Amino acid sequence: MNRKTIPLSPYYRSLTRNMVLLVIMISFTPMLLVTVITLDRFSASHHEKVYAHLGELVLKHKQNIDSFLVEKLQNIRFLADTIDFDQCGHQNMIEGHLARLQRAYGPVFVDLGVVNEQGQQVAYTGPFRLEEALYSDADWFKRAIESRYFTSDVFLGLRGAPHFIISARKTCQDQKWIIRATIDFVEFNRLVEKIRIGKTGFAYILNREGRFQTKPIFDFTPDLDIYNRYFSTLERMGKEVEIQERLDSYGVRSIYVSALLKGGDWLLVYKQASSDAFSDLRNAQTIAIVFFLLGGVAIVAMAIWMSGKMVRRIATSDQEKEIMNEQVIETGKLASVGELAAGIAHEINNPVAIMVEEAGWLQDLMEDGAYKSDADIKEFERALDQIRTQGKRCKEITHKLLSFARKTDSRIEDFEVGHLIEELVALSAQRAKYSNVELITRLEPKLPAISASQSELQQVFLNLINNALDAMDKTGGTLEISAKQEEGQIVIDVSDNGPGIPRANLARIFDPFFTTKPVGSGTGLGLSICYGIIHKMGGEITVKSTVDVGTTFGIRVPAKTDEAVENKAVSATDTCN
Amino acid sequence: MPASRRSHPDGPEKEMDRSRQESQGKPPIRLLLVDDEKGFVEVLAKRLAKRNILTTQAFSGTEGIQLLRRSDFDVAVLDLKLGDMDGIEILKIFKKMDPEMPVIMLTGHGSETASIEGMRYGAFDYLTKPHELAELVDKINEAVRHRKRTEDTDETPSRG
Repeated sequence: MNRKTIPLSPYYRSLTRNMVLLVIMISFTPMLLVTVITLDRFSASHHEKVYAHLGELVLKHKQNIDSFLVEKLQNIRFLADTIDFDQCGHQNMIEGHLARLQRAYGPVFVDLGVVNEQGQQVAYTGPFRLEEALYSDADWFKRAIESRYFTSDVFLGLRGAPHFIISARKTCQDQKWIIRATIDFVEFNRLVEKIRIGKTGFAYILNREGRFQTKPIFDFTPDLDIYNRYFSTLERMGKEVEIQERLDSYGVRSIYVSALLKGGDWLLVYKQASSDAFSDLRNAQTIAIVFFLLGGVAIVAMAIWMSGKMVRRIATSDQEKEIMNEQVIETGKLASVGELAAGIAHEINNPVAIMVEEAGWLQDLMEDGAYKSDADIKEFERALDQIRTQGKRCKEITHKLLSFARKTDSRIEDFEVGHLIEELVALSAQRAKYSNVELITRLEPKLPAISASQSELQQVFLNLINNALDAMDKTGGTLEISAKQEEGQIVIDVSDNGPGIPRANLARIFDPFFTTKPVGSGTGLGLSICYGIIHKMGGEITVKSTVDVGTTFGIRVPAKTDEAVENKAVSATDTCN
Repeated sequence: MPASRRSHPDGPEKEMDRSRQESQGKPPIRLLLVDDEKGFVEVLAKRLAKRNILTTQAFSGTEGIQLLRRSDFDVAVLDLKLGDMDGIEILKIFKKMDPEMPVIMLTGHGSETASIEGMRYGAFDYLTKPHELAELVDKINEAVRHRKRTEDTDETPSRG
């Protein structure tokens, strides 16, 4: 539980963020694509289906209405053919015809009349009192007298109610006669009224002047331009049905399905709000979007939760690795210090041996009673001097060792590397002497400081020096350590002229547990630890070696920037002077 | 182990007395001491002189070899850690020049492997620095006695 509360470092936070984004992107992209493509295809096919259905519907009704009109016209034509116009004046005869028509076709025919060429109704039967009516000025009469058959637009006429007239012309006794029937508007209207789909789907009929030929369920004023366009489109294209989707006068997106009626005089229009027509599609889309959003929320939550968990785990394992690394470095340090200690022990043994012998010599002299003469006292003084000198030697050695041992913490601090190298060289001097190795240092004065752990860097150099001394143990040689500044970096070379490293081993030299020393004497960790330490500092360590010529380990570590700049400035002014 | 055999309950002073009295009246032992620690060689030579051991000092392997070429020694004490030459190499040369001369090696603590290698190349014994003088004197005397004994046994068959 405790671990959960530890805030993560910016590195891990950005790692979490990247992982979350990646997971979300990878999950969302296909989901989005699938959803969009499916919806789009579904919507397209649904549109097609709805259009086809509406087109079919309107076409069917157009045929229905047309055949209704044709049928009624044929009825009248038939009547016209059978009527003997000599007896037109006989009221009873027309009455009988209307009664027959109404019996055969229902109450569709409201009334029946005969009009002579002058527009005078000579015979009438029906519910209105229109006997003797004069139609000479009526539009329908003017047109009806011109053509053999005629169906008028809906108009109010003399009776003051919407109706339309079907008429047939007949010539008899050099007179033109018109027999006309009025079609029941309610009956006709019912044909169109019954076209209802959904909540908003309804149909109506318009004539060329844009007047309603039926009573629309929803009242509105038709825009003549638009309907004229329908007329012309249908006529030009020779199509039976025209389907359009546009905003109506209220700004509602609607589907308009239109077809010509009555040989192009009327226009049957079916109108339905798109949202209503495509309500199924809308439902499907809503469901899809809800699922998409729910899925999205789930993915985001999952991504955040999972990434957080994974990054926590990575952070923990990084931490463990860090601890492990520290332990390995510590172990490596102990190993290299052990090697160093052997050298120091030898070094300290010599002065101790001298002191012991000098003390013994003093004892010898005292046993002989030789402390009287000047020469004896001189000898005493010399021996004591020697003891003091050797004691100081011991002190120096222990000091060196202590100053080495004191730097045990891996705290990062700024320091100059030259001093550290010199200390290590001094510590290794005795070992070098026994291995017949000449130790040379070439340290550029006033090197800029570097930022590192002294203890760790000590370990690096100690490892390199120990390795070089081990390599030259049998043969002897020179070990040169140089440090210089180069392009804001400190370049340190540790080169020996020992036997060199075979090419085969060179590539593996920084690998952990790679060693050429006999089992038990080397851990194979020394150089891998050096590599780790130098890389941790942001530097690099390289090796160049030629068999029988020697080996050079090159270390480059970044110099402390501000100091580096300062130093460069100083050297620049130096050259100017 | 020679070292454990030599540990004495009475302490070093008594032992030293004994080693000094024992050597009275006999011809001195000729010792070649090779060690690059000058102060050590000098004071050791003085103390050994009081114990009837005549020391010739050599401060390097090369010097030791040169001295051995000029004159004979009863016994040699050789430090294995020398600046100029490897102690084992010097031992080999000594053994080649005078196979009869016993060589006692001085080594630092922790360099027992070198001592064991030295024993293989014919060293008589070894001591770990820093050591008690009495130990060294005992070993020198023992080496000389041992040399005499082997020379005697070598001579016996030729007489008989």
